[in-house]
Amino acid sequence: MRLVVDLNRCQGYAQCAFLAPDVFAMHGDESLLYNPEAAAEQRENVERAVAACPVGAILLELTDEDMKHVPTPDAVAGAAGSGGAR
Amino acid sequence: MTAQRSRDGALEHLKREGRIVVVGASLAGLRAAETMREKGFAGSLTMIGDEPYEPYDRPPLSKQVLLGNAVAQHTALPRRRAIDADWRLGVPATGLDMAARRVRLGNGDEVEYDRLLIATGVRARPWPNEEEGALQGVFVLRTRDDGEGLQRALAAGPRRVLVIGAGFTGSEIASACRERGFDVTVAERGSAPLVGALGGVIGEVAAEMHRENGVDLRTGVMVTRLEGDPAGRVRAAHLSDGSTIEADVVVVSLGAQRNTEWLTGSGLGAGPRGIACDAGCRAFDIRGIVTDDIYVAGDVARSPHALFGYQFLSLEHWGNAVAQADTAAHNMLSESADRRPHLWVPAFWSSQFGVNIKSVGVPPMGTELLVMQGSLTERRFVAVYGYQGRVIAAVTFDNCRWLPFYEHQIETTAPFPPPFTTVDRRPEGNKPVPADFPDPSIPSHGPTITLSGYSPADRKMTFTPARH
Ligand SMILES: Cc1cc2nc3c(=O)[nH]c(=O)nc-3n(C[C@H](O)[C@H](O)[C@H](O)COP(=O)(O)OP(=O)(O)OC[C@H]3O[C@@H](n4cnc5c(N)ncnc54)[C@H](O)[C@@H]3O)c2cc1C
Ligand code: SF4
Repeated sequence: MRLVVDLNRCQGYAQCAFLAPDVFAMHGDESLLYNPEAAAEQRENVERAVAACPVGAILLELTDEDMKHVPTPDAVAGAAGSGGAR
Repeated sequence: MTAQRSRDGALEHLKREGRIVVVGASLAGLRAAETMREKGFAGSLTMIGDEPYEPYDRPPLSKQVLLGNAVAQHTALPRRRAIDADWRLGVPATGLDMAARRVRLGNGDEVEYDRLLIATGVRARPWPNEEEGALQGVFVLRTRDDGEGLQRALAAGPRRVLVIGAGFTGSEIASACRERGFDVTVAERGSAPLVGALGGVIGEVAAEMHRENGVDLRTGVMVTRLEGDPAGRVRAAHLSDGSTIEADVVVVSLGAQRNTEWLTGSGLGAGPRGIACDAGCRAFDIRGIVTDDIYVAGDVARSPHALFGYQFLSLEHWGNAVAQADTAAHNMLSESADRRPHLWVPAFWSSQFGVNIKSVGVPPMGTELLVMQGSLTERRFVAVYGYQGRVIAAVTFDNCRWLPFYEHQIETTAPFPPPFTTVDRRPEGNKPVPADFPDPSIPSHGPTITLSGYSPADRKMTFTPARH
């Protein structure tokens, strides 16, 4: 299960590290380290982290099932391409 | 946005059955392809990439991967949606025929397009002496294969790692190696790490971080020669100050070169500084005329930015690749009146020695610096850069939640020094100091933002990369 965090947007709130500690970890006070290819059984935890991230910085790949039903652009986490640190 | 009907139906035709070719199958290429499909492009989409891998993410290669928290082969980018593309991986594009709208591939194939997106990025600047660079144990870090090789070399437990060049990547590598307990020497030609990107004042903070974490930091020196043993393994490096460093792993981290050679002779405005494009991501040809069917995005692009005096900016930033790809894809499939400018405010992050470094704006334009909050010595601060009486950039060390505020200041060309006071303001924040960037005409390497003048051909403000 692939994921990527937009670390420009991430503000180190550590919600993800709290909800999916096997995938996300804080490094120092504010830096986030994560495993870009998390184990499949982490999906539920990661989905919780995606939903709980205050800045919507986590993009989780769609499941094959999701891929079949082409999503609308705004339904996709992290898809909005706004600028800079926001 | 409401759907627009074009008068001649050409756009509808393109969307229904046109051919779009993307050269460079990495971050920018993938994100652009996703946006094209989102916008309803139903024609054929060809993704050409010289690496044999589907698009993967590079920033983890100098962070998680070296720390051992992730594996180089497992940083493939998640998909936002299915893109239903014809993937041509492991084969480079070798030429472009603009008149015939054809891309030539290394295997002799030719692919025709109605719209072309070029996202060929940059590559690591290699060690200038080829023979020395080929010694076993000498690495650069740009690709998954580089990352895998370096990961393996570190797993073998080197006695000393030498990092040549203390830009962001070099500093991150040094940091990860120290964290894993290896002896590390960093050799930097400039006066301090990160000096090209953030200036001398912040560079001094970075230098302290290196030293405090046990890095043997040598600044103001050049590595003049790498020496191998009879088995062809690197053994030592010789420095311009006459000293020698014994190291069994050497990472050459001297910045990047744009992947534009394949366009030589094509007539496109491409060269060592990248491919010049307008704010709408359309590439210029060598005559300075903007093309209407060739677009550019990501590290290989340089484009004028209204917020920064319309100078051409090249940004080696993850977020820029994502945002510019999105804009390019949108514009490729829009009538001219519906096109958007790429007006992204430059932003990047780096993580080193446990400190989160983030920046917005264009620090190298800054002439003055003011520590708005926190303190340099505590490595927790917000500093803003001033240029001609306005805020042009900001950098935070472990203080990133303030960054969106300062981004707004940059966007609104707010005055410098900022006329308000701030929480946690210290005496050092009472008066701006010179930001202390090296003279751009003096060679230094690793600025991840390059300013290159006002016209597609104008190159007077460039930073010349180091020749070691
Ligand atoms: C180790 C490392 C750490 C980084 N860390 C950060 C960070 O912390 N923060 C940040 O903001 N940015 C960071 N970056 C920068 C970020 O990864 C880049 O900005 C981003 O990858 C740019 O994407 P791109 O698609 O424009 O170009 P690239 O990722 O360079 O992709 C270009 C692709 O095109 C291919 N190609 C080139 N020529 C041809 C050809 N002729 N035919 C076919 N294919 C071709 C290349 O092989 C490559 O696969 C880092 C980069 C590296 C290497
Ligand atoms: S929850 Fe979001 S903002 Fe917080 S650390 Fe995780 S990714 Fe960053």
